Amino acid sequence: MTSAEPSPSGRYPAGSAAFPHRDLTGLAGLAPWEIQFLLDEAEQWVELNRQPKKHNDRLAGLTIINAFFENSTRTLLSFEIAGKRLGADVVNMLVAQSSVKKGETLIDTAMTLNAMHADAMVIRHQSSGAVRLIAEKVDCPVLNAGDGQHEHPTQGLLDALTIRNFMRDRGAKGDFGGLTVTICGDILHSRVARSNIHCLTTLGAEVRVCAPPALMPADIEAMKVTPFHDFDAALAGADVVMMLRLQQERMSGQFIPSPREYRHLYGLTMDRLAKAKGDALVMHPGPMNRGIEIDSNVADLAGRSAITTQVEMGVAIRMACLDVLTRRSRGVEGWA
Amino acid sequence: MRPLAPLTIANGRLVLPQAEPQPGALRCEGDRIVALGADVKAQDGDRVIDAKGALIAPGLVDLGVFAIDKPALHFGGITRAALMPDQSMVLDKAAAVRFAAQSGKPDLWVHPLAAATKGLDGADLAELALMRDAGARAVATGRRWIGDSGTMYRLLSYCAMLGLVVVTHAEDAGLTGSAVATAGEMATRLGLPAAPAEAEALAIARDLHLAELTGARLHIRQVTTARGLELVRGAKARGIAVTAGVTPAHFMLSDVAIGDFRTFTRFSPPLRSEADRQAVRAAIGDGTIDVISSGHDPRGPEDKRLPFADAEPGMAGAETLLPLTLALVREGVIDMARAFTLLAANPAALLGVNAGRLAVGHQADLALVEPERPWVVDSDKMAASAGNTPFDKQGVEGRVTALFKGGVAVG
Repeated sequence: MTSAEPSPSGRYPAGSAAFPHRDLTGLAGLAPWEIQFLLDEAEQWVELNRQPKKHNDRLAGLTIINAFFENSTRTLLSFEIAGKRLGADVVNMLVAQSSVKKGETLIDTAMTLNAMHADAMVIRHQSSGAVRLIAEKVDCPVLNAGDGQHEHPTQGLLDALTIRNFMRDRGAKGDFGGLTVTICGDILHSRVARSNIHCLTTLGAEVRVCAPPALMPADIEAMKVTPFHDFDAALAGADVVMMLRLQQERMSGQFIPSPREYRHLYGLTMDRLAKAKGDALVMHPGPMNRGIEIDSNVADLAGRSAITTQVEMGVAIRMACLDVLTRRSRGVEGWA
Repeated sequence: MRPLAPLTIANGRLVLPQAEPQPGALRCEGDRIVALGADVKAQDGDRVIDAKGALIAPGLVDLGVFAIDKPALHFGGITRAALMPDQSMVLDKAAAVRFAAQSGKPDLWVHPLAAATKGLDGADLAELALMRDAGARAVATGRRWIGDSGTMYRLLSYCAMLGLVVVTHAEDAGLTGSAVATAGEMATRLGLPAAPAEAEALAIARDLHLAELTGARLHIRQVTTARGLELVRGAKARGIAVTAGVTPAHFMLSDVAIGDFRTFTRFSPPLRSEADRQAVRAAIGDGTIDVISSGHDPRGPEDKRLPFADAEPGMAGAETLLPLTLALVREGVIDMARAFTLLAANPAALLGVNAGRLAVGHQADLALVEPERPWVVDSDKMAASAGNTPFDKQGVEGRVTALFKGGVAVG
């Protein structure tokens, strides 16, 4: 049994008051210290994951179910590694979109998993709000691994951790005030964008979003961001440039005339990157369409591209979330 | 069957057009109203019912329900329901219409609305004259808008000739696509497929022009946006034969209500902005809206316990139709006479039936109503076949205490 580390900076209350939620279904509405707490918790796992022996038995004996109703390779792998490095028994349930009917099946599946006494469930689903619906029906903590176009909270957290660590390495304090982050791409359909917007604005960063009108959601200003259609203007003076993946099917005329035209207006080329700050960080949640939303020489730019670091931080963040959300059931002091 | 003795309902308050409720009594013989007023007395041999001060009102005429759910309709004081053609067997043939028209007997009038096009697919006209003569009271496009303007033009001109009202759904399908919410802050936060509210005005604008061109009678079943209402207001001023309806969801709720992905707030058309909600209330007050209906559509967990975008739209609205409309009376938006004009007289006139108001010679479809009687809506205890109401656990006022169809007590 372990006890919660005291807050290193006094930015959040002790024990379960630092994160008093059973589930992590989204970053909307979280307090800044709750997000900071999860980021701080992840630091120890960043360290561990860089050791030759990457193992801690904190979650030994616990069963974690990764229930993915939508195809995923990277996120599923990241969650699986996170659970296994903490000693949990991790099982994956992959429900291909075609083999599961909509309807009661979703709730029935959730109830079935619940009856197997999982200690945590990680769920991805193609419909916005689906993970919250399942969370209401099960008895264990639920982590949202992406629901439709709504939220992808661990992606938001890992991106924040990536930014914070890069800024610290460059000698900054690691707080987000004064940082300008430009998110460019299919904002309308992106849960990554929404979670990042919630996370970064809550932490105090200035967030710009950039997309053509057809891919920009209505009233996005209400989420405390500044919308742009002109990528060059959106880049001016940015500290971080976060590119989003554009689905192939949205580049064939309905939203965007062609991939070539998309690149012409919104592709991150070396020339474009020069509009941002001289040392601006380049991010992408992957998988990338090289040569479309981001050029290869930008994606691979040493010292500037944080894309592989994002993947690395992903495992650490997911370890932290699994640890924190299971503290209550593990009887951790201050959390039980 | 031995004919029932005449019925006298005494000691009530009569709901009459363009007046405050008047103390009085009402007498029926057979299935007709034969006398009403302050000096009407029961005659020897009458069955007499003491209304004890309750409102004596016309039974509600619900223009557009999706299910013949008698317990819920009766609870709500509804004696006549116009059945939408969107049934498991679409009402697009005379046989289906004839069957539906009988389905309420003996204690509910069902007025089928004929599907405008075969299978409601928006392409080929259905056999509208045959369905009219089988008992269809009007024609409806169902939950969908007819996208092809040529088809709509031919439909309206044909219905103008047949003397049938065309009940339309006003959402431009191209703009709406697979949207389940109105574009705006809430849909953006939730990541739900959304369409601009202007989809409604676009649809209305086209249909108004075609109605004017063809001389058809157009009833837009739900008008839910300020821009849509403005178009209807202008068309009425120009003398176009158009009427507009709405359901209580759109004057009670705005899209803030979808905030926790609650599928009981998923409607078609979707909930709108607060400004649009206020515009609907104003339009009820100024006469732009002619009809308030329930859109009764009971849906069980298999349709509603789903992610928001995967759930079916609609609410079980029959039981709350009257109390939520009476809330508009309490709030001064309309008076009591106008409430029953919206709930009964206007829809009855649209359907061309001799009912919907208290008048000598009219059908004795009557409701006794205690307009201030409080009760709590409870999703688990509804009369409806499913409890999909967004007003669960909400206190309301107004309850039907007795219902008569053709002078015979129901239930």
